[in-house]
Amino acid sequence: MSNKTNRRDFLGYSFAAVAAVGGAASLVGMKQAWDPLPSVLAGGFTKVELGELKAGNPVTVTWRGKPIFLLKKTAEMGENKRDLIIGSDRFTVAIGLCTHLGCIPAWKKDKWKCACHGGEFNASGKQTFGPPPRPLDLPPFTVNGTSITLGEEGPEYKKIAAAMMA
Amino acid sequence: MAKFEKANSVGEWLDQRLNTTGLNKVLMTEYWIPKDINFLWAMGVLLATTFGILLISGIFLMMYYKPDINLAFDSVNYTIMQEVAYGWLFRHMHGVAASVVFLIIYIHMFTGIYYGSYKQGREMIWISGMLLFMTFSAAGFSGYMLPWGQMSYWAAMVITNLFGGVPVIGDALVVWIRGDFNVADATLTRFFMLHVFLLPITIMGIIGVHFYTLRIPHVNNQTSEEFDFDEEAEKYLAGNKKESKVIPFWPVFISKDLAVLGVFLIFYFYLVFFHYNFAMDPVNFDPADNMVTPAHIYPEWYFLWSYEVLRGFFFDIAGFSAFDIGLIAFAFANGIFLVLPWLDRDPKILPAHKRPLFFIWFWVLMADLIVLTVYGKLPPTGTNAWVGFFAATAFIVIFLVLPIITKIDAKRRGDA
Amino acid sequence: MRELKILAVVVALTLITYWGVEPFAHSQMHPHVDPADYKFADVEKDVADVKALTGNATSGEALVTANCTACHSIEAKGFPQVMDNASSAAAYGVTPPDLGTAGKLYNADYLAAFIKDPAKASEVSHKFEDGRVHPMPGYTWMQPQEIADMVAYLQSIAPKEMTNKEVFKDSCQRCHAIKYADMQKGTMAAFTPDADIKKYMGKLPPDLSQYIRSRGDAYLTTFINNPQKHLEGTAMPRVGLTEESQKQVIAYLEEVGDSKKADREELGPKFLIYLVIFAIFGFLWKAKQWREVH
Repeated sequence: MSNKTNRRDFLGYSFAAVAAVGGAASLVGMKQAWDPLPSVLAGGFTKVELGELKAGNPVTVTWRGKPIFLLKKTAEMGENKRDLIIGSDRFTVAIGLCTHLGCIPAWKKDKWKCACHGGEFNASGKQTFGPPPRPLDLPPFTVNGTSITLGEEGPEYKKIAAAMMA
Repeated sequence: MAKFEKANSVGEWLDQRLNTTGLNKVLMTEYWIPKDINFLWAMGVLLATTFGILLISGIFLMMYYKPDINLAFDSVNYTIMQEVAYGWLFRHMHGVAASVVFLIIYIHMFTGIYYGSYKQGREMIWISGMLLFMTFSAAGFSGYMLPWGQMSYWAAMVITNLFGGVPVIGDALVVWIRGDFNVADATLTRFFMLHVFLLPITIMGIIGVHFYTLRIPHVNNQTSEEFDFDEEAEKYLAGNKKESKVIPFWPVFISKDLAVLGVFLIFYFYLVFFHYNFAMDPVNFDPADNMVTPAHIYPEWYFLWSYEVLRGFFFDIAGFSAFDIGLIAFAFANGIFLVLPWLDRDPKILPAHKRPLFFIWFWVLMADLIVLTVYGKLPPTGTNAWVGFFAATAFIVIFLVLPIITKIDAKRRGDA
Repeated sequence: MRELKILAVVVALTLITYWGVEPFAHSQMHPHVDPADYKFADVEKDVADVKALTGNATSGEALVTANCTACHSIEAKGFPQVMDNASSAAAYGVTPPDLGTAGKLYNADYLAAFIKDPAKASEVSHKFEDGRVHPMPGYTWMQPQEIADMVAYLQSIAPKEMTNKEVFKDSCQRCHAIKYADMQKGTMAAFTPDADIKKYMGKLPPDLSQYIRSRGDAYLTTFINNPQKHLEGTAMPRVGLTEESQKQVIAYLEEVGDSKKADREELGPKFLIYLVIFAIFGFLWKAKQWREVH
């Protein structure tokens, strides 16, 4: 009697396991259907010329649909470990989205101020007031002479990213 | 196969095959509801009607709406609003209904809390109801994205950003939800799918469950009295309608629902035609621009209390970042109502005015929710930020305190 | 009775929440500004000398023909555009408006002040620094009488009546598109090509198709009369419209952006009357059903 019961149970459980594997595989496939399309992943490279920037006036470009702040720093703006140094110039390269809840802060004379909840970032992108929990994020980039290409992780990017973590 | 004889009418023909007379008794003429109720008991039918309005107006909108970031705004604000016959009416009806439905949901929910309709035996009614609140919230959020105005875009930005707070997989999760690094066309089309298909069908299923969960415990009444429904039903069927404590769903209960519905529709259509900016915010009549954040972003009014709990914690506490505290408090606020039946430690079902401490608790909760709602809309600067902080903290304390005060009420009554 | 008390509580809590979330919150977000000043009081001292004189339209005709038609068309008097829209936009940053209706659209004091110093009168001096100059030169070197004559001439050739659309075309369309006005053929784009006006203004002036819904009559009234009031530092010039012309612009925005307003206001009362009847029948039927059970 117990032998018969065990065999029936074992077959039942095995069948359930097979069905579960099929179900799980389907879910994995469905999850992947929601992933960004290859064209979206590939289209994420933008080249920007930094040489023409006027010191003290940030410029905003678009990369992967996000605003990117590029600022050639003046002497008064000081030095920061996240600065991108090209020749004798220091640049702030940052994703222009407030690290609190994602609004775009506006440049007000010498800092970025976010209208949503009053957060402020100084010229080096460091959060100086309000709810933002961390400095403006660093986009990946490579350097070519005086221009940078957003989207690829170059050695200068890696160095700055490491310095920001420390 | 059952034995079928010639039927003498269409009604009899259907009855032979589908037991329509039996079904009619079970669902309508012999579905027993307590007689001691007030107009708040009509909110359920109001919700079903408003949901019906959303479905039907939604179907008409779908015929002209284009779920593409380049076409969406104009398909709504030009084609539907200015070209399609009565398109403006369907759009106004849909937008106002989407907002008013939450007013009725809140009244319905707080009625349930006041009269203890979530307790002892009615937990599944409450839980299925809270699941409806959550699915309606998701439907409201996804629907608001569709016109692709400034508020559509930036609300989507802020709320999808929240998922970045999930540990380890946060950033990848945000990209996966959006289908792109940023809120983009992929995001719009998938939320369109959710809004017009997956969420409505889920809602309809849960409504079915919600109706079923009412059958065994029965609908509650104003004094939360427990009585024998079968006994009272016998009285009614014997002709003793005035003595019976129950009424049939059809035609007696539904007649009160329809009268209340009539008044509600006057109020609703007045808003549709003459006073709709609260539901169709002017900011959303600017086309979405991913490079310009509007000066003031805020969610729809019914999300404001929960939004204020999220942003109420604006400074770090004991090593936890303000962002993380806010996120945890937000998750708490949205989930805690589910476990209300178990937080309430009073073994008796009574209306709030028969539970002294619970009565105070209830009105404190109402006041706190109103403060959170209003401050969720105001710019969070200066004193506003502090009021928000205390109101958000109060919300958490209010729920932590519930088990204690309900036990005290029971003890003082002698029911511990 | 108890049900009325319950209804009163529900209504009270709803109205309190509504007040906090709508009128109160919006008053905090949009602080009060002074009402529109159609007299343009701030230019009075600049044109006091012109105001004291009576302009002579005949003398004015010679002056306008000599000084203005090199850039501005006056189609009504046989002076066509010297360059097409694209070329003039490339040359000046923005296409110069036709002057045939200027005398009707714009306040006379404002016109005089504008001719003297365009950037100052239109309150965009802050835009023209670091060597940048307004594409239209100023005429402070002219005699006050000559300026009075030019204004008198412009007023004499202006039409008595203009449609709302004509007012919009002449006052706004050189910078602002309003595409909903003609989605089929696309004739209501801005006269100045996008790239030129963006460069000239710093950002693209918005399409106004839905501005009646996004901004509303009250905001537009104070805004058009003085953009700096709501958006300090904006590049949009104050154009000096008279009260009547400004009302026509806003009426046009409503024609294009909320074309079904009349339908809506006509159908609304009909729906409400029907629903009152519905509610009365509902209560009568309810009373009948419940009479048997009470």
